[in-house]
Amino acid sequence: MASLKELKGRINSVKSTQKITKAKQMVAAAKLRKAQSAAEAARPYASRLAGVVASLASRIVVSESSPKLLAGTGKDAVHLLVVANSDRGLCGAFNSNIVKAARLKAKALEAEGKKVQFYLIGRKGRAVIRREFPNAIIGGFDTTTVREAGYGEADAIAAELVALYDAGKFDVAHLFFSRFRSALLQEPTEQQIIPVPAPKSAVAADSVVEYEPEEEEILAALLPRYLKTQIFGALLENAASEQGASMTAMDNATRNAGDLISKLTIQYNRSRQAAITTELIEIIAGAEAL
Amino acid sequence: MALHFELVTPAKLVRSEEVHMVVVPGSEGEFGVLEGHAPFLSTIADGTVKVYKSENAAPEEIAIAGGFAEVTPKGLTVLAEKLVG
Repeated sequence: MASLKELKGRINSVKSTQKITKAKQMVAAAKLRKAQSAAEAARPYASRLAGVVASLASRIVVSESSPKLLAGTGKDAVHLLVVANSDRGLCGAFNSNIVKAARLKAKALEAEGKKVQFYLIGRKGRAVIRREFPNAIIGGFDTTTVREAGYGEADAIAAELVALYDAGKFDVAHLFFSRFRSALLQEPTEQQIIPVPAPKSAVAADSVVEYEPEEEEILAALLPRYLKTQIFGALLENAASEQGASMTAMDNATRNAGDLISKLTIQYNRSRQAAITTELIEIIAGAEAL
Repeated sequence: MALHFELVTPAKLVRSEEVHMVVVPGSEGEFGVLEGHAPFLSTIADGTVKVYKSENAAPEEIAIAGGFAEVTPKGLTVLAEKLVG
């Protein structure tokens, strides 16, 4: 049986842990609201751009001369998995869910005899992937220096990916991130980003549209931008998901700490009472003996 | 007689309003868009978009960096990389 002093110490330490988790929960709730509105604000741009890409792509016959970002390299040998994680922990299974999805995909691709490479965004998840695929990480992007990932970061990531692609380092790229459904639900999502998947919604070309400059040139300028937008969208979804996951995890932690405290307090009170009772018995027994 | 004009950046929807005319800095020259313009898609250079609220009003200038302008029967959409200033 733990001594009274030990129990007191444990109660205090659980109490201070609870304070931390509670603070983190409130911070996450505030940040979530911001991240969510940022993710929503980015949607009009993404959907308009997707519309333009769709209508352009439906007009162009994919040929040798069309941009490589759309047509692909003609091979399917090397796959790049771009895994977007957060920089911070204390957000439940958020990061491990994303990494798990990426690992499953990597295993499936390797079983098909494809080569798998990784490009990691964010600090978390690096260690796990490095342990499992020691030589497969060809690049990474550090987001620890900025408070929240924005368009500038998406720009840099996209530029680096396009450079790697042009250098022939990979043929297909998949992006892994967590899609934000609600504060309670975040879905690890996989999305092919290179070559740009042909948009499904082929807009009915009812009117003749003039292009300036030529279609091919516009498409060549538009595809990197489209890629950037998709990465940007993923980063924003990730940010919102992280805060959502963090909020839920910290809420649970706070509640668990509360349960633990009440359990420990009961135990503390009982042992204290037991000690008093023993003392009393000793005194009475001593008095009777006289 | 109004043109539906939208200016969108990755960060947010900046404008969505009815205007008289918009002059866009296309990469192959500036062009003005009035209501009923033929469908048109152009890349745009860094520069200023001039928004004319009404026929004689002084233009409102919005500096943008790079992007696309799309004219559809529904109106004009400018997809700018970012706002300058």
